[in-house]
Amino acid sequence: MSFSIKKQQDIVVVDVEGQLIVGNRQELKQKVLDELERGERKFLIDFSQTGYIDSSGLGVLVSLSKKIREQGGELRLANLNDDLKTLFELTKLDTLFQIADTRERALESF
Amino acid sequence: MSTQPHRTWTPPYGMRMALELQIPSDVRYIERIVGLVMRQCEELDFPRQKCALNVPVALSEALSNAILRGNREDPRKQVHVRSAIDGDTLVVEIADEGAGFDMVKAMRRDPTAPENLSREDGRGLFLMHHLMDRVEHFSNPWNVVRLTLHR
Repeated sequence: MSFSIKKQQDIVVVDVEGQLIVGNRQELKQKVLDELERGERKFLIDFSQTGYIDSSGLGVLVSLSKKIREQGGELRLANLNDDLKTLFELTKLDTLFQIADTRERALESF
Repeated sequence: MSTQPHRTWTPPYGMRMALELQIPSDVRYIERIVGLVMRQCEELDFPRQKCALNVPVALSEALSNAILRGNREDPRKQVHVRSAIDGDTLVVEIADEGAGFDMVKAMRRDPTAPENLSREDGRGLFLMHHLMDRVEHFSNPWNVVRLTLHR
């Protein structure tokens, strides 16, 4: 997995490329927490380049959601393909996160 | 003149593929192994979502459990994987050198219950069971989890 982080207006946009799994999810968590520590409060994670996510990847997203909310921030997820949508629906995590079909819709929703 | 389309390819349903491998207890191997098994499924024309979601996620979970829980990431311990696929069925066995675990007890908490949704853990076995048609667990004497998925 690799990911890129950039700023769009006052929103931190993270693109996850490849799989989000036990071997690499800690890296994503740390980078987002670093941004949170720097005072960033709006986060968008874009999954258009993501393959599959395992339970520990889902766990990191849950953890980030909690930590961001605790700091008064907001997290959006965007561009889940059909397989990832199925995964979120199966685990009922589609009720926990704010998920947008497109990056643009996610950015507008802040 | 024949009106039948000329077929240059037939579905490989008569084929059977098997692979057997062993890895040290290191999570960095998981993606590669999952890739190999996904390719087996693609070669046998398994439905797209089963290749892209069911197999990679369930297998990642089983490998992760074997490495982290079964073998406690001990580099001296191995995880053994056997994967066989034919026109109907994929069967993957993941074996670790651990003492085994009580799967029923490990699954008693429902990760989709509202009170558990904010938990970071507890979804691995749930996903394995929901994405595979059958999950079996036994000792031989290695601790083995067998995943079965039908086309």
